[in-house]
Amino acid sequence: MSETSPKPRPLAGYNFGYLDEATKRMIRRALLKAVCIPGHQVPFGAREMPLPYGWGTGGIQVTSAVLGPSDVLKVIDQGADDTTNAVSIRRFFSRVAGVATTESTAEASIIQTRHRIPETPLREGQILVYQVPMPEPLFKLEPRVAESTKLHALADYGLMQVKLYEDIARQGEVGTSYNHPVMVNHRYLMSPSPIPAFDNPKMHMNAGLQLFGAGREKRIYAVPPYTDVRSLDFEDHPFKPVRAPHACAICGSEESYLDEVITDDAGGRMHVCSDTDYCASRPPLEDAP
Amino acid sequence: MYVSVKGGETAIGHAHAWLAEARRGDTALAELSTAQIEQQLSLAVDRVMAEGACADRGLAALALKQARGDSTEAAFLLRAYRTTLPRFGYALPVDTAAMAIHRRISSTYKDLPGGQVLGPTFDYTHRLLDFALEAEGLAAPPPAAEAKEEAGRMPAVTAILAQEGLMAPDLASDAEPPDITREPLAFPADRALRLQAMARGDEGFLLSLGYSTQRGYGNAHPFVGEIRMGEVRVEIEPPELGFAIDIGDIMVSECQMVNQFAGTAEAPPQFTRGYGLVVGQNERKAMAMSLVDRALRAPELGEAATAPAQSPEFVLYHCDNVESTGFVEHLKLPHYVDFQSELEKIRAIRARWFAERAP
Repeated sequence: MSETSPKPRPLAGYNFGYLDEATKRMIRRALLKAVCIPGHQVPFGAREMPLPYGWGTGGIQVTSAVLGPSDVLKVIDQGADDTTNAVSIRRFFSRVAGVATTESTAEASIIQTRHRIPETPLREGQILVYQVPMPEPLFKLEPRVAESTKLHALADYGLMQVKLYEDIARQGEVGTSYNHPVMVNHRYLMSPSPIPAFDNPKMHMNAGLQLFGAGREKRIYAVPPYTDVRSLDFEDHPFKPVRAPHACAICGSEESYLDEVITDDAGGRMHVCSDTDYCASRPPLEDAP
Repeated sequence: MYVSVKGGETAIGHAHAWLAEARRGDTALAELSTAQIEQQLSLAVDRVMAEGACADRGLAALALKQARGDSTEAAFLLRAYRTTLPRFGYALPVDTAAMAIHRRISSTYKDLPGGQVLGPTFDYTHRLLDFALEAEGLAAPPPAAEAKEEAGRMPAVTAILAQEGLMAPDLASDAEPPDITREPLAFPADRALRLQAMARGDEGFLLSLGYSTQRGYGNAHPFVGEIRMGEVRVEIEPPELGFAIDIGDIMVSECQMVNQFAGTAEAPPQFTRGYGLVVGQNERKAMAMSLVDRALRAPELGEAATAPAQSPEFVLYHCDNVESTGFVEHLKLPHYVDFQSELEKIRAIRARWFAERAP
């Protein structure tokens, strides 16, 4: 199941990885700039892709720009390799690039993800490509891009601190449970993309290279390996990553992030790992469903 | 028994097979050819061509056929295709005064050089369903009367006003035009960039925004100086030749909206222009675009910009239907990881809420 598939024959009539080389070079320039200024959003000339905006076009363009023939690609959505959009994107790259694909986090050289960071820690040399819907962490507080750009230039993140403070004052805790903003390298406020807050700590001092692509919003940003990434919080209200207080019904993990699955219409539910590769790599419980 | 809710490759394959079958419809009926679509659904083709930003009626007809008549999906297909095409350079500005006119009307003058030409318009038709069209094998409609040939150029109404100094001039520029297909939108966006974005923008969105300026959200006082529709020559000037060559004709719709302007300490009171140009026959969009263009000029004319149609970020970031539909429709992708975190969050907040109110 998690073994790497053999390389398929790429689709005739398309450049390796779909995008033409000039476009890839443009994207790689934006990526280099993004790596040099961790957390800073770099505008790039995003192209229309044969998949819809909002379905991972930014991540796909970043993957296309960094993908080489010897790479091994893993694509996950909600942590799982077998969700429809992950299947669709993985199939896209096997068609247009003919690269080997895998479901194993450890065997992949590039992992494109939507909404999760794999449970298995990345190692040096691996690249994690995030699909990003709204790259601007301040957009709900300041929708005007011209204004939020100024706030970043001035490192003026008071708006977000006040928002978190108001959450705590009203409801006793911070209101964001996913897409919780992070400070990167003590300088830029960054959207971690809509990953659960549970995953935020994995970004800090990560050995892998983390690249973020927002196609519709035409922005790229990056967190280089071993970069300081702090979830925004207060000294007296420290950041709390949250997971459902249960064990996985299949592998028994009490550390992994869980999906809640409704099993009947009488309140029956079970919890299973959202990261399917992590779950499958562990011995199943004797009474696993 | 735990039944996985996750989909897979087989499900996608089956869905696509069903889609292909649904697209074809009842096989007892003859298949629609792209030539028929191009000829008989020509305004749908023109809309797809404009929003797909690719002036090719054949490809737009194919996109409509593949998209089962869904114009937004068809525009998306055309966009995804056009972005793969190599670019050879820029055309010279088209000269709409030299247009081969199919239609030209002004609502500001009863008569003017070149005259009023109604052309193939729905205006003044009575919107009664014509049940005769339901029958098949109808005889072809008799040929319409030929207009007498107009000689030479048909000057724009706004140019006539400009001769008297009543129309604020639009400054020509030789600067390389911005290109939203290669560079991301950046603000402040100059007028060329705004017009470019609106020319491929969604007709419905621009229509509603234009309408809003007439209803007080933007303080518009528009007159249709002129609408014209017809074929214009497209020329390019290859650097190695040093002179322009004609690469073909395209149909365009143009609207010049005349608006009041109170004047400032520096500029005398005069009329100002709202401009709309759309590839193909699409007068409604050209008119709406010219209203929004004028509304977006508020800051440069020293007017207060308070309405949505006067906000460049609001208009330009949201007028693209391929972007809009992608992001709206992405909500149907799985979000259960985020929703799970929301469940835990609301359970915790509710527990605190009830604990605080416990007797």
